[in-house]
Formats: sequence, C-alpha cells, structure tokens
Amino acid sequence: MTEYFMHPAIHALVWGLPIASVLMGIAAMATWWERKFAARMQARVGPTAVGPFGLLQPIADAFKMMQKEDIVPRDADRFLFNLAPVFPVFLVLATAAVVPFGGYWEDGKYKAWMLAADLDIGLLWILSIAGLMVFPTWMAGWSSNNKYTLLAGMRAVAQGVSYEIPLVLTALVAVIATGELSLPGIIGWQAENGWLIWRLPVLGLVAFVIFFAASLAEANRIPFDIPEAESELVAGVLVEYTGIKFGVFMLAEYLHTALACLLAVALFFGGSHGPWPLYLGPVWLMLKSAILFVGIYWIRWSWYRFRADQLMDLCWRWFVPISLALVMGTSLMVWAGWL
Amino acid sequence: MSSLRARVDPHLDIDLYDADADLMALNMGPQHPSTHGVFRIKLFLDGEIIIKAVPYPGYLHRGVEKLCEKLTCVQITPIVDKHDYVAPMTNEQAINVAFETMLGVEVPRRARWMRTLLAEMQRVASHLLWLGTFTLDIGGTIGGGASVMMYTFRERELILDCFEALTGSRFHYNTHCVGGQRHDIPEGWAKQVRDAFTHIQSRITDYVEMCDGNEIFLIRSRNIGTYDADLALGVGLTGPNLRCCGIAHDLRVDRPFHAYDEIPVNVAVAEGGDCYARYVVRVAELKESCRLVLDIIDGIPEGPISSKRGAKSPIAYKLKAGLQGYTGIETPRGELGTYLIGGGGQRGAAPYRCKLRPPSLHAMSILPWALVGHTVSDTVAILGSLDPIMGEVDR
Repeated sequence: MTEYFMHPAIHALVWGLPIASVLMGIAAMATWWERKFAARMQARVGPTAVGPFGLLQPIADAFKMMQKEDIVPRDADRFLFNLAPVFPVFLVLATAAVVPFGGYWEDGKYKAWMLAADLDIGLLWILSIAGLMVFPTWMAGWSSNNKYTLLAGMRAVAQGVSYEIPLVLTALVAVIATGELSLPGIIGWQAENGWLIWRLPVLGLVAFVIFFAASLAEANRIPFDIPEAESELVAGVLVEYTGIKFGVFMLAEYLHTALACLLAVALFFGGSHGPWPLYLGPVWLMLKSAILFVGIYWIRWSWYRFRADQLMDLCWRWFVPISLALVMGTSLMVWAGWL
Repeated sequence: MSSLRARVDPHLDIDLYDADADLMALNMGPQHPSTHGVFRIKLFLDGEIIIKAVPYPGYLHRGVEKLCEKLTCVQITPIVDKHDYVAPMTNEQAINVAFETMLGVEVPRRARWMRTLLAEMQRVASHLLWLGTFTLDIGGTIGGGASVMMYTFRERELILDCFEALTGSRFHYNTHCVGGQRHDIPEGWAKQVRDAFTHIQSRITDYVEMCDGNEIFLIRSRNIGTYDADLALGVGLTGPNLRCCGIAHDLRVDRPFHAYDEIPVNVAVAEGGDCYARYVVRVAELKESCRLVLDIIDGIPEGPISSKRGAKSPIAYKLKAGLQGYTGIETPRGELGTYLIGGGGQRGAAPYRCKLRPPSLHAMSILPWALVGHTVSDTVAILGSLDPIMGEVDR
C-alpha cells in the first residue's frame, strides 16, 4: 500500500494535510459536543441558536473571536506574546503526524498506515515534542508581563515537567511489552497479540490510567488544569490574550486533548485495530478516542480542581513510583517470557 | 479581645522579609471573578505561599446608612433590600424589627409566623447560592463546581418563584413594614412552598454526594482556612462562620425574635473551624431550614397580618430624639444588627443615625489570620467558605 507514497515529502503531503485538517475540524466540533454534553449534565440545553442543534456554534465562535480587538499589553514582550498561541498548534499537529489512522493485514501481519510520517522512533518523537508543550504556556505566561500569568506559567512549568515523567514511563511499558518504538509497530503487535490493556493483566490497566491522567495534566484539563485555574488566576496564562489568539490557544488545547486520546488508544487499545480492517481503521480509532474524549468531559464537569502542591504530590508520591514499578513489572514479564 | 492581642499579628511577619526582594505583591480584585463581588485583597506571596494578606473593602460603598438618615421606616425597607442582595428578606426584617422594638409596636402572631417562614426560606435560598459559589471557587467555572452551581441555582429558583407569588417580585420584596406584613399569603401558596421544599429536601443528598463523595473536594477544604473559637469571637464572627468552631451561638435560640420562641430550632454546630466545617454547618442548616419551612407552613395561625391601623402615614412612627437601641437578628450569614438613634429628619420620622452591623464585614476581618500560610488557590476557597456578600460588607 505505502509503496505509492515512497517519498516522505509526498507521503507527508498526501496524508498530513487531510489528517491535520480533519483533526482541526474535529477539535472545533469537539467544543460544540462538549458544550452540549456539559449542558445536559447541568440540566441546561446548551447551544441551540446557531444552525440545527447549534451545530454551527464553533464557526460562530471563531467569527466572533476574529472580530474581537487584538490587544497586546503595553509592557508585554511583543514577539513572544504573538508567537505563543501559534506554537502549541504546531507542536500538537507535529505529534499527530506519526499517529497511524488505518491498518491492513499483509502476509498475516497487521500493518498500520494512513499516517503523515512513518518514523521508526514515532513514540520517542511524540514524547519529545510533547515535552516542548511547556514552552508556549511559559512563553505566554512570561511575555504577558502580568502577575497572574506569571503564577500560571510557573505552575504550568512545574506541572508539565513533573507529569512528563509518569507519561514517558507508562509509554515505556508499551514499548517494553511490544519491543517497538514506532506507533505502527506497537499497533501491529497489539493486533496480533491482543490489546495491551488486556494483554498485560492489571499492569496494562494501571499503566493506561496513569498515562491518561498524565496526558490530561499535560493538556491542562480538569482536575489538573491549574495553569488555567480561572477561579483564582482569572484565566491563567490566557489573561492578556484576546480575540483569535485566545481562540487559537483554545484550539490547541482541544487538539492536545484529542491527541492524548488518540495516543492512549494507540498505546493501550490497539489503535486502528478492529474487525473488518482497512476501510474501518480510522473509524475504530476515532470511535475509541471519542469514548475516551467523552470520559474527559465527564471528569471535567463533575470533578473539582487540585491545588498546585497537591498536584505535585500526586505526581511524585504516587504516579512516578507506580509507573517505575510498572516498567519493572513489564520488564520482568518480558524477561520471563510471559508476553 | 485580650486573646486577640496576645496572638501573633499576621501583619508583623512581613518584617522578616525584604519586601522589595523576597515577596510578590498580588492584587486580588476588585475585578476578580472569585472575590464575590468587588473585594480587594493584597496578597504578599513567597512563591505561592501567602505571607501576609491585607483586605481592602469599600469598593461597593453606596452610603446606605447615610441614606437611612433621610428616610422614614417605610422608605428604608426597600433600600436595605439591596445591601445583602442574596438574603433581602432578612435585611428587611432586621430593620423593621429594629424599628418595632424601638417604637414598641406589636406584631400580630400570624405576621411573626410568616416572618419566621420567610426567614427560613431565605436561609435555604442563600445557603443554596453559597454552596453553588463555594464549589465554583473550588472546582472552577468550567468544571465540576459549575455543575453543582447549576443544580443549586435550579432549586433556588423554586424559592424565588414562591417569593414572587407572595410579594410580586423575585428579589427586592419590600414585603415587611413596621407592625407586620404587606402581603398576605395567597391561595395555593402553601402548596407551592410545600412542593418546592419537599423537592429541595430530596435534592440536598445529591449535593452532599457531589461534595463529600469527591476526594478532591475534601482535600481542598479540610484543614484549609482554620481558625479557633477564640479568634472567631475576637473578630466578631457570627452565624455559620462561628458555629463551625464548635460554638452554638444562634440568635434564633439565644435571643428569639419573630416566632422562634414558639418554634424550636436545632442549631447546627461543627468542630474544626476549617472550610469543611463551614460546609458541614451550612449543609446541616439547609436540611434544618427545609424541615422548619415544612413545619411552619402547616402551622401558620389565622389573624391579621399587620397591626398597622388603617392607611396611616408612616410619619406617625416617630423615633423620639434621645431614643436609641440595638437590635440584632440572625440572618443566613450571622447576626445582622441595627443600631438606631432617634430624632432625625422628616420631622423625626427618620432616624438620626442608623448603623448596620453586617455579619459579612466581620467575616472578612478574619482573612488576615485565615489566609496566612495558605496558597493562592486556597484564597478563593477560604473567601468563598466565609460566605461574604460585598453589598453587605461595604453597604
């Protein structure tokens, strides 16, 4: 299949553009879905006015944000201030490049495809790029020259750096179990040997929970959204942002959340693997991710927010030791040949 | 008060720091979403830890007390409606009870029972709003806290509907006057109230489940903003903010007004003096007040609702010069006191001086002690747990 697109540049164009566009569209529509979902949870009706069932609300929101005055605070660092909103979208889309959306069976082996860049070290690429996600938040927090954004940026760095560790360690569980560093490889292994969440008894489930929680923390979602803790820090790092810059930040946040779901599915739920392969690969991936996505909404609209120090406490006293134990347990299982 | 002085003054700790180098001064408010109106606290931070907190009230000062010096008791009632805008009913009662006590005006039994009923209904409405905003402070405007707030506001709406059916307005009722009530209970109102409060009673378990059943709520509120009974008494806390330290001080029992001498009230008390204890006290009061409302609504005696003779001019109620006195009643937030001196304008019908003692102002006075040592995130939790209403703090 992939021989048609041998050259990486053509490959990237053919798959990268549609994937990026579809992801951005999904992220925009996710705001509608979240608003509807939250409204139902809270005994409200949510958006109804724009289009049928308020479906055009995201477009109306985008237009609204574009019309708003673009304000740069007088004492802000203009360059960093303007760069900060663009940066996270770029980073998230760069990580999305190595996530395969489809798959097919060839000679009894499952091959994943429909990805912009088939890197041998796909997972490493994702984790290293995700590590950069701290920078735009800190850039925004620092360049706004505002004490609230400074506090938020400070928290964001502490949180991002801390949750990086359980995130990487739990991803390592998948790498050790499958012996692959590329996402197509990991998904292929799961298609043949069973999804990791079942295949690694208990360990897989715990690893998934920690990976998912750490991804939520990286994506700044409740209960880990202390960099954007609007009850005390007004809007966190976004205090000084107006109009479309704010909108782009929010888009990046939704993209990041969507990507966190895609990754969790790819690592622990067999990615695009499912019955009737090839055509339905993207559907399976999207369906599994959508279920996780709804789970995120559910958590968000029913849980409270941690305090910054409690968040660190949770990471360093629970997540890091447990994920270290998981890595050790998985290694032992592989060494003993139980996998 | 001596115990208050013996305490380490939280303002003194600042001397240990080089104010220019070590600490960041963070202005929280007056335009801040979580300061419950326009309140400003200046926080001196070491990292995220609060070393010193200085509250600056006064951004919502509307001169209510000065206004009262020009107005008669009839004209004052709708004015004080606006000062604690979450519990207007009890504000009206406070000023009217004060006038009645000063003038020696008798209130018919039916009116006193109605006042008791309205006060308890208002307490439920006020505590529902408090629970919603407190979870909002802990859980975020776009998070689980918002869900609890939506639920509590949905139920509060039922109470406002009852008030609307009785008085014609949902918020600023102007239904009390010296000598009794302005509006008698309309037909079918008792059933509406009974239905609403039976419904609310069944819903309270939901809120408790969403708060007590959530580990994050517990770690965000336990051992946060703790003060002891000594300090609370020292700065003059009343109401749930005092009862959370284990002191069963409630004017409904200690100094009964309205019909509380006929209606027994179980005073809710909690130990600990932290945000969680305040939550426990208020939820217990929610349940107790719902029970009281359902009890009272069936027992309201028949009779006149006002002892006012005909449509006599309010000028008839004159506070004589030299007459002065203090009357306090228990509002949802604590003791709302009114100090009146007679012999003012309007040929003596207006008070010479009207001093209000708002419970929220005293609640805010605990902040310099309660905030120190906590983080910025706890500021909003502590502030919210004290249930301040800025209209009342600043008048």
